[in-house]
Amino acid sequence: MQSITVLTGRAVPLRRSDVDTDQIIPSDWLKRVERSGFGAGLFAQWRSEPGFVLDDPRYAGASVLVAGRNFGTGSSREHAVWALEDFGFRAVVSPKFADIFRNNCTKVGVVPVEIDDADVERIWAAVEADPTTDIVVDVDARRVRCAPAGVDLPFVLDDFTRWRLMEGLDDIGLTLRHADAIAHYESLRSSWRPRTLA
Amino acid sequence: MGKTLVEKIWADHVVHSADGEPDVLFVDLHLVHEVTSPQAFDGLRAAGRDVRRPDLTLATEDHNVPTTDTDRPIADPVSRVQVDALRRNCSDFGVPLYSMGHPDQGIVHVVGPELGLTQPGMTIVCGDSHTATHGALGALAFGIGTSEVEHVLATQTLPQRPPETMAVTVEGDLPAGVTAKDLILAIIGQIGTAGGAGHVIEYRGEAIRALSLEGRMTVCNMSIEAGARAGLIAPDETTFDFLRGRRHAPGGVDWDNAVAYWRTLPSDADATYDREVVIDATRLSPYVTWGTNPGQALPLDASVPDPTSFNDPADRDAATRALAYMGLTAGVPLRDIAIDTVFLGSCTNGRLEDLRAAADVLRGRRVHAGVRALAVPGSMSVKAAAEGEGLDQVFRDAGFEWRSAGCSMCLGMNPDQLAPGQRSASTSNRNFEGRQGIGGRTHLVSPAVAAASAVTGRLTSPADLT
Repeated sequence: MQSITVLTGRAVPLRRSDVDTDQIIPSDWLKRVERSGFGAGLFAQWRSEPGFVLDDPRYAGASVLVAGRNFGTGSSREHAVWALEDFGFRAVVSPKFADIFRNNCTKVGVVPVEIDDADVERIWAAVEADPTTDIVVDVDARRVRCAPAGVDLPFVLDDFTRWRLMEGLDDIGLTLRHADAIAHYESLRSSWRPRTLA
Repeated sequence: MGKTLVEKIWADHVVHSADGEPDVLFVDLHLVHEVTSPQAFDGLRAAGRDVRRPDLTLATEDHNVPTTDTDRPIADPVSRVQVDALRRNCSDFGVPLYSMGHPDQGIVHVVGPELGLTQPGMTIVCGDSHTATHGALGALAFGIGTSEVEHVLATQTLPQRPPETMAVTVEGDLPAGVTAKDLILAIIGQIGTAGGAGHVIEYRGEAIRALSLEGRMTVCNMSIEAGARAGLIAPDETTFDFLRGRRHAPGGVDWDNAVAYWRTLPSDADATYDREVVIDATRLSPYVTWGTNPGQALPLDASVPDPTSFNDPADRDAATRALAYMGLTAGVPLRDIAIDTVFLGSCTNGRLEDLRAAADVLRGRRVHAGVRALAVPGSMSVKAAAEGEGLDQVFRDAGFEWRSAGCSMCLGMNPDQLAPGQRSASTSNRNFEGRQGIGGRTHLVSPAVAAASAVTGRLTSPADLT
């Protein structure tokens, strides 16, 4: 994945809570076997509604999505993160993320930034007042800043994930450093554990 | 201090542990389907990697498959390409696959338990958020994204941080006519769709112990709808009775060794949880959803809520938006809501017990004029068993369509969909906007309520029928 240390960019204020992955990328798009091109399907149903914020030209080119709480609830589809990334988002700010979605973000290189409802509200207000407002997501320092909103806050990101995001590292190579430990574990497993092949 | 069920399973699966890093956890069973795997197999090819343990991996076709004309090629070319990709990937990498037409094909979360592949104390993953279903047998089972699918294919492990634990204790007995589906809808309604976030839920208490294994699967299945990545139930005699004699269950002395181990798994009496919630089963009644997330659920006796009755502004906005999408007016009794479609099936309620519960309501009754009703077994094995006891005839006589196995109308990925504006009583797990088809409106219900609603054309419980 692409490394990310400090992201500075404009934001889209999405004033909705419980945004589920079926809205982020509708299931019809899940039939594709490719890994790219999902941006065109981002929020496909809502984009057919007049006035949907993502279609507001004032927010074109934004790289941070600022949404209500419980963002990414629902299915495990990583396609939701692929769609956000392909559309141009490298960070999502929300008071709360669904677990699987949050985890998928860190595998793709999209930064999940969790801050309080009131702080999200302040960013929404600042960005709506001036869509050119920049937001800074500092992965290195684990802080999010939005000066006109008076926001300069830490966010939680564990050391390992921070390191992976900054280095752009995939997990598989990291885990295979422990190939001997995996083989050792396998040698100790009970023989009655089920196998799918005869 | 004692350990919880989750902590015991976790400790038994740590391959590598180091300060500041996630644990590397061994995966006992990796279930695969066509939707979330193609990019993972492509990743393996690009890196020149193999599937480490095809013998701990099982694939099935479920999300895209039609539930009629299953002996013919899939008509939708995009779906066909995806299913063909799974067949090629499984063939190239040596992964066993139950394809359309195979007697063991079905929804991945129905197939695993019925083959006896799901056992207590296992770690089970799948690129599907309803993997928690397998927790009903005392396994730690959770959904993963496609990057993680590739990781498990390559290493048979996952880097994971220990979850917080949450006990949901359901005290007392469920009243007659109240099912596992009503119970989990009530739990989600109480704790909210993010109530279990960051946690694994252990369901405990009298009402949980009294549930059949199939009912327990319904409860665990919808853990994700409460925000929890996994939900599980300690193994007991019900679990052992379910497993005994199944194809992949241990036999002979292995069975005795396995049961001896399984009996060590339940949470210790002095174990503590990070969070505890208590539910009084005796106060529950049939539940239905009225909105566009599964937490927007109420007893069938209630009325559509007034958005202004919610104190929290986000809840108020969500309710306003939900009523507009659902085409509902505050104050209307839920029993007065007319439906035109009934879907009986899915990994939540597509097992034999669910079909029996619906058939019991339908015997001697007819589907209401203008209502389209689908009965979709969760697996071909469930279908065969149901036909063996004549349930297919009960459904057909009542005016239901009797289908083959698949995810069907649970999600809009195959020909079984709602048209814009259509309204369903559905035994599936998600009532999101457009989940069952663009513009479709979903009310989540139990199999018994689905059957009764099919008869009256309105949201109805069996007790309402004369």
